[in-house]
Amino acid sequence: MGQTGILVFPGSNCDHDAYHAVKHVLGGHATFIWHKETSLKNINAVVIPGGFSYGDYLRSGAIARFSPIMNEVVSFANQGGLVLGICNGFQILLESNLLPGTMLHNEQLSFVCKQTYIRCESNQTPYTTQIDTGSVLKIPVAHGEGNYFADDETLKMLETENQIVFRYCDENGVITPEANPNGAVSNIAGICNKKRNVLGMMPHPERAVEAALGSTDGKAILESMLNALETV
Amino acid sequence: MFKANIYITLRESILDPKGKASHHALKNLGYDKVEKVRIGKFIEMDIDASSESEAKEIAQESCQKLLANEVMENYRIELVKE
Repeated sequence: MGQTGILVFPGSNCDHDAYHAVKHVLGGHATFIWHKETSLKNINAVVIPGGFSYGDYLRSGAIARFSPIMNEVVSFANQGGLVLGICNGFQILLESNLLPGTMLHNEQLSFVCKQTYIRCESNQTPYTTQIDTGSVLKIPVAHGEGNYFADDETLKMLETENQIVFRYCDENGVITPEANPNGAVSNIAGICNKKRNVLGMMPHPERAVEAALGSTDGKAILESMLNALETV
Repeated sequence: MFKANIYITLRESILDPKGKASHHALKNLGYDKVEKVRIGKFIEMDIDASSESEAKEIAQESCQKLLANEVMENYRIELVKE
């Protein structure tokens, strides 16, 4: 079974949640990787967790992107390695140019922390093999800058290449402006790269893995990722 | 020694919720003539360069690599010899 490496930056705060979900809930192998490390060693998948790396100074993710470990993560991703960025991790992936676009402040300006519904738009990624395209997952968000933005040309590319993986929707899977918690363009909650090995998403699957947390829908995403590792 | 004054502003097409909220507050204060507010960043940088062109290059690269995100921001550099 493959090893999942969970990056830890100063200010990461969902690293232990991700570790708990992978190791204790799903029975996978997980290990922490401090951002100053210069090698991913025997890691088969990288999770960049949520939090406020470097206090979100300058822009969220902008400084973490230059931590020593990120050089390794970029080359690992370019070689096809699995990299999942959650919330601040998604922002770091955007700043690293592993995914296109950027994050603006939430349209309503306030931090949003609540359960959201997201529709899986593609099960053609290593993170969604256990999920039917079109099905609805209940997964919480917690962010101040999750208002995904990309120019029209980029959006068109994301659409045609089927890179939009999750969209905010209502309970029944209908994409509505009311279901959008932050103003993200096209209700985008998560996207992947062209090679489909890098996924960034604002909702927190690691916070939806046990009934006590209000939902277990996040398990399918992490389980899909761990299943993909079994063939490594 | 050079001082670079760097102005980072949101691109025109980008929504600026902070600017909008501040504009709203100014209106509440009675400043009806304020028609638009956009909020950006101002960065001061001291650069120990031997020539103006070298200082400019350093400031420009700093903006491109780190200080500005050109997907949503523009930047303008003013260079002052000290």
